[in-house]
Amino acid sequence: MTAILVDGVVYASWIFLVSVGLTLVFGVLRILNIAHGSLYAVGAYTGAWLVVRYFQPGMPLALSFALLLAGALIAGLVLGPLIERLLLRFTYGRDEVMQLLVTYALFLILGDLTKLIWGVNPYYAYAPYSMLGNVSIGNVPYPRYDLVLIGLAATVGIGLWLMTNRTRFGRLMTAVIGDREISTALGINVPLVCTVAFTIGTVLAALGGAFTAPTISVVPGIDVTVIVLSFAVVVIGGLGSLEGAALGSLIVGIARAIAVHRFPDLDLVTIYVVMVIVLIFRPQGLFGRAEVKRL
Amino acid sequence: MKIDPGNLRRLLGVVLLVAVLALLGLWLAGWTRFLLTVALGESLAVIGVALLMRAGLVSFGQGLFSAVGAYAVAYGMRLWGIHEALLLLAVAVAASTLLAVAIGPLICRYRQIFFAMISLAFSMVLYSILLKFNTATGGSDGMEVTAATVLGYHAAAKALAGVYYYLTLACFGVALFATAAYYASPAGYLARAVRDNEIRLEYLGASVSRETFRAYIFAAALTGLSGGLFALAVGHVSPTLAYWTKSGEFLFAALLGGTSSPIAPVVGTVVFESLNSYLSAYLPNVWQMALGAIMLAIILLMPRGLWSLYERFSARHAA
Amino acid sequence: MERQCFMTFRRVIMAALAATAMASATLVPSSPAAAQTQPQELKIGIVTFLSGAAASPFGIPARNGAEILLESINKGSLPAPYEKKGFGGVKVVPVFMDEASGPDPISAYRRLASSVDFVIGYISSEHCLSVAPAAEEEQKLTVLFDCGTPRIFEDNSYRYVFRTTATAAVDNIAAARYVYSRYPNLKTVSGINQNYAWGQDSWKDFSSAIKSLDSKVKIDAAQFPAIFAGSYSSQISTLLAADPDVIHSSFWGGDAEGLLIQGAPLGLFSRSHVVLTAGEPILHRQGIASLMPSGVVLGARGPHGPLAPENKLDAWFSKAYADRYNTEPAYPSYHMAQAVLGLKAAYEKAQAASHSEHPTTAQVIAAFTHLSFETPSGTITMALGKGHQAVEPAAYGVTKVENGKVTLTDVKRYPVECVNPPEGIKAEDWIARHFPGAKNCPK
Repeated sequence: MTAILVDGVVYASWIFLVSVGLTLVFGVLRILNIAHGSLYAVGAYTGAWLVVRYFQPGMPLALSFALLLAGALIAGLVLGPLIERLLLRFTYGRDEVMQLLVTYALFLILGDLTKLIWGVNPYYAYAPYSMLGNVSIGNVPYPRYDLVLIGLAATVGIGLWLMTNRTRFGRLMTAVIGDREISTALGINVPLVCTVAFTIGTVLAALGGAFTAPTISVVPGIDVTVIVLSFAVVVIGGLGSLEGAALGSLIVGIARAIAVHRFPDLDLVTIYVVMVIVLIFRPQGLFGRAEVKRL
Repeated sequence: MKIDPGNLRRLLGVVLLVAVLALLGLWLAGWTRFLLTVALGESLAVIGVALLMRAGLVSFGQGLFSAVGAYAVAYGMRLWGIHEALLLLAVAVAASTLLAVAIGPLICRYRQIFFAMISLAFSMVLYSILLKFNTATGGSDGMEVTAATVLGYHAAAKALAGVYYYLTLACFGVALFATAAYYASPAGYLARAVRDNEIRLEYLGASVSRETFRAYIFAAALTGLSGGLFALAVGHVSPTLAYWTKSGEFLFAALLGGTSSPIAPVVGTVVFESLNSYLSAYLPNVWQMALGAIMLAIILLMPRGLWSLYERFSARHAA
Repeated sequence: MERQCFMTFRRVIMAALAATAMASATLVPSSPAAAQTQPQELKIGIVTFLSGAAASPFGIPARNGAEILLESINKGSLPAPYEKKGFGGVKVVPVFMDEASGPDPISAYRRLASSVDFVIGYISSEHCLSVAPAAEEEQKLTVLFDCGTPRIFEDNSYRYVFRTTATAAVDNIAAARYVYSRYPNLKTVSGINQNYAWGQDSWKDFSSAIKSLDSKVKIDAAQFPAIFAGSYSSQISTLLAADPDVIHSSFWGGDAEGLLIQGAPLGLFSRSHVVLTAGEPILHRQGIASLMPSGVVLGARGPHGPLAPENKLDAWFSKAYADRYNTEPAYPSYHMAQAVLGLKAAYEKAQAASHSEHPTTAQVIAAFTHLSFETPSGTITMALGKGHQAVEPAAYGVTKVENGKVTLTDVKRYPVECVNPPEGIKAEDWIARHFPGAKNCPK
């Protein structure tokens, strides 16, 4: 039972980290970003590359975390504004399908771009993961790194909540989410808000990737799996809702842990079944707002 | 019986197009004809997606129905010993239509991104079921579909690809005409009105839910047929048909061609499939990037699809 | 009125023509190069993953193997019995294709087949199963080199299709035998495998082989994470809590490495005996091989790499490969070598039989059927599937870490008759019926 809870929370934290950027971007820009998984992959590659390049055994652990963070920031701050200014800007106000497919094209492009930059051979950045060692919870060892992920997810969640509800930028963002036209009329620099929001979303995707890198072998193909997972989580929680993403992650995490411990065969199906059930009863997701019909 | 002159005109157009494609089939080399077989078969799914888009429904899980159609053909052969292609295709259409009737009332309540997501979820459920219950489905390795007879004619191995080309072409013609007739029918116009303004449509006395449901079932039937044709032509079915990237490709091809005419998605599919094939042959290392970039250019420069080129052209000449 | 009708009609025709033109503009027919074989050279299509998750562990090593072999074959620098230049004097030219090519594997295969004389390829079992019938239709001799599913020649028979590597069932039967004789007090067995055909079949074959060897061993519920799931911490903690004697895994590539990264610090590999049936490529990965603890049972899907028998071909192959690519060849390179050398041997045998420098495809097929040929991994015989499917010996060893270098010790070799089912019996049934006819198994 404890094991299910611990595993569930660990997985929930990871998947929250990975998917929260997606929900933020949808909230502000109303674009469901299929390339989100690619941004995650770029973050993982940048982070892993920095650790491989600059981190040697014997250096302080904190440095490796700094490198991962730097990787996420570099990837996010470079790609975010670039993609938003050069590409997404042209799709605002256009058809939703078209926006969806623009990000699909971006997903194809970024996939090959990562391959061109980093090649197909894997990157290993497990130093921070193995250096941290283990803790025992009820006789079963868990990596301390998982606790780092939980902490990071909590920090990101609380930070985003504070930003949205307690800062000036957060209020501007809320206004833009509420009504783009009226915000413009009120003199809010909507394009700037959009750029900043998309960049934050990109940094978050890259952050998810960078902090996953130490636990995996960073190889081509890690983008595709993450996309569907993040979709499922934010759709369950309600598109555009921060609280929803948190709750969605928790539900998916616990459901998966139950499956792994009790019905290991069904691990694969769980997430989609949860998604279908939630959507049947609450089409807009747990925290989503119902759409107003156009007259 | 009075024949609608509009339908007569559409029938003529479809017959003409099919005739030209039939002649093309004699001239094309083996593998290009195979590529065209696959593309024409797939175009029916893309027509389905475009048909839904026209009614304001963005399906990101149309692969659900093409997988159902394809597996219906595989099971029809394996379990019931059916070896007649037309019967197998009928089974494929029936299976996908039935599924659409079952889940349609649930799914058709949704719009836009929510419709996209729930259709995605359903197709991924099917995908993981196909993967998981491998003793019955062959798992990720899929199932074999052996050569079928066409109207009782058993083609030799070397001639099979040609026979399937004309089979696909025939099905394609029928489906294309049905779609054209539907677009021009009152139901077709009502479905389009759903996208523009649902509330106004209800005030006019039409039922939004009935029209979307009708469109959904029609699209499912077309996609089931498409999956069945794919299964026959390729000779193998696998769960990748239900994976979200496949549905994404359908959507892509639909937008690439446009949704204004039933022909537009066909053009989109053929262009998409050919790009896919040629780019991966000539740019093996960056073909996905090239594909993405070309797609991007087309959707940004021609938001109404490639077909708008023709429309602009014909409008200028009609004037 | 009449004029208007004509106008509409004209527009219909124009629309139809425009649609055809737009559709066919991209479909320029290619010249039918397939029919006439150029007398000066043989074109061989080589299909492996050049992109995606399977490129680095499988596709690239296999492609490299093909590249270096074909180049050396053209130079005539291989040891006996392959010292002839080219294929019996005919120059060979590779045409590489990404297995992930669009729009679908079959369209891509047919495109390739139209412009080459032979095809060697396919890592994914799904692709092998779907390409085989297409090869029959195209009447193109196609050598499957790496995919593992036994279904290809158990469910069907093909004329144009050969597979020069043993099925994955052989890997798992040998793994079961190795584990069984090495750990006599074996009580519980569990597994962690990817939730798709490869993982499902591997676990099924391994667990039923164990059951067949000793019905008293308890088979625990196995873990089936999704392929490329990335995070295995829940599965690892479940396995740690269950604490089985042996854990079986057919993980490959990034997933296998991820399992090592996440499992090693938690003691997964020291608490239980872990068997990695496709784990050998990890040993050649700088940067992660050092994580590999002692005591892990490793397989290479046949007697390849560090498990290869000592012979001149292997000595040449591993040196030539290492000189060129700065790393040892992993088992996919060996699988590729088997396919290339098998085809060369068959072609040269057909030349001798037909007294012609350019034997027909039918003659090459006749020569290939039931052929025995030498490879860096020993002698390969096309014994199953009416002479189209290879049988292979198997080998397993245990990792030993010394001075930071990982080697394989306690290597056991399983002769062909011990781990391959005889013709006519499905691997699944052979396991269930306690391996009738198996002999010469090492204790």
